[in-house]
Amino acid sequence: MTTTKETQDDDAVGAGRDAPHAGTPAAGALKAPAARRRRDLRDHPEWVLVPGVFVLVVLAWEYLVPALGVDEYVLPRPTRIVDALGTQLTDALFWTHMKVTLLESVYGFAVGVAAALVLGTAISQIRLVEKTLMPYIVAFQTVPKVALAPLFVVWFGFGMTSKVVMAAVISFFPMLVNVVEGLRSADADRVQMLTVFGASKFDVFRRVRLPSALPFIFAGLDIGIVFAILGAVVGEFIGAKEGLGYLLLQTNYNFDIAGMFAVLVVLSVLGLIAHFIIRQARKRFAFWAEDNTVIGA
Amino acid sequence: MKSLGRRPGVAAAPDVDENHWIEIDGLHKIYRPRKSEPTHALSDIELNVRRGEFISVVGPSGCGKTTLLKILAGLIPKSEGTVRVAGRDVHGPLPEVGMVFQAATLLPWRTILQNVMVPVEVQRLDRSVYRERAAALLHMVGLDGFAEKYPDELSGGMQQRAGICRALVHDPAVLLMDEPFGALDAMTREYMNVELLRIWRESGKTVVLVTHSIPEAVFLSDRVVVLTPRPGRIAEVIDIDLERPRDLSVMASDRAGVHVERIRTHFNAHGVID
Repeated sequence: MTTTKETQDDDAVGAGRDAPHAGTPAAGALKAPAARRRRDLRDHPEWVLVPGVFVLVVLAWEYLVPALGVDEYVLPRPTRIVDALGTQLTDALFWTHMKVTLLESVYGFAVGVAAALVLGTAISQIRLVEKTLMPYIVAFQTVPKVALAPLFVVWFGFGMTSKVVMAAVISFFPMLVNVVEGLRSADADRVQMLTVFGASKFDVFRRVRLPSALPFIFAGLDIGIVFAILGAVVGEFIGAKEGLGYLLLQTNYNFDIAGMFAVLVVLSVLGLIAHFIIRQARKRFAFWAEDNTVIGA
Repeated sequence: MKSLGRRPGVAAAPDVDENHWIEIDGLHKIYRPRKSEPTHALSDIELNVRRGEFISVVGPSGCGKTTLLKILAGLIPKSEGTVRVAGRDVHGPLPEVGMVFQAATLLPWRTILQNVMVPVEVQRLDRSVYRERAAALLHMVGLDGFAEKYPDELSGGMQQRAGICRALVHDPAVLLMDEPFGALDAMTREYMNVELLRIWRESGKTVVLVTHSIPEAVFLSDRVVVLTPRPGRIAEVIDIDLERPRDLSVMASDRAGVHVERIRTHFNAHGVID
């Protein structure tokens, strides 16, 4: 659907729309005079405020923890967490744990997304499928999926499979809701336009419904990937021999709170990276849409 | 313009009478909603359109003029009567028809050129042949240089011109226009009217235009069909004997004024000003 030409033009469009973000900071600093930099900051106070709040909180944490006499074992200072993070990152075993959790999340995400795409398409296009399945989906959606984790461990064992299943199930629902809503969101005028020119139902699906659904699909992917990581970690809590969730429990048992924080930092960074990748993909493939179509689940 | 000539390999049926290029006979449209009373939208419409003619349909809101156009486009079924376009009975959308909509209805994820090519793609025509034609059409409406832009980079008037190119790209026998300039400001609208006359002259298409604007109908048309309020019947078909080619100054002439007044009388007679 998207040709190379389109993508190139898309970049040009994007650059035109939010020019301040376009150049890398280095390039901007080289080109822009000081006055322009000041204007950029006035237009985007968040560029200062967001890191500012971070620095403030970390500093307060760092100095208030000893000042208020909080036990370092319970709430370690940020510098201690950074130390623990350093220790972890230089440990080969840690990277194995991370790899396991990553693979579980990605496999689960892929399965969940694929299932949601197939089922969502069927539900949105075939009335009978919708009528038949919707009650079950609504009923199942109310089940707290996390509560299924022990069951999956019993069924699929202590290995990766049970976590992949958990990640798939938990990322499936937000994706499904967005696929169904997205495929239904097509503008009636656009559908009519294609019909007048002789388009078949499949043509209408391919050329209008599917592109119209893309912003929703990306919203679903964005939520889904975070849910997939959550599912993998929860699965590891219940029963596993490796993975970041397992590591989190180990550090907990050893009362290594700084180590726990280090794992949490790594998990957050993984989530952020995944979110960033999906945002970039969205910018490229759903470039025409405003960034506000998000349906939670 | 040679590249805007007839579509290769698709000839209209040989026995089509050019005076009956569009043939509407005894057409009725009755909407029958399941839970309410049926509505008689169009009643006993009879109209023949010559090949290459420019026809406008005017009438008060809800008189069924858009219904008439949608029946011609094959979007909704008629209740009774005959509807033929270029010798073919209309039962669904025909490839002989091109349509321009109220909003330009361009697909925002496609470039202007890709939007213009939509009919070519869905009718499985040879893209390489029609790409040239699309480019020629874009040139004709003054959009060269915009082929690779996206719709939201164009003004409303430019988008509507791209919409006209899309309606013409597959070289249809008939161009249907559903209040195509209603969303534009007055200045742009006048300009687009002049443009449309030029496009019509250069392409030689048969045009059926539905419009709210009486002056627009008079300025553009060979004949203006005035419909009555629901159920829509033909109140009068008025020959617009203004010389062609026309420019906007023709609207200041007495004869144009007479036509406008005559149409307006119909509207007033029914106590509705649209």
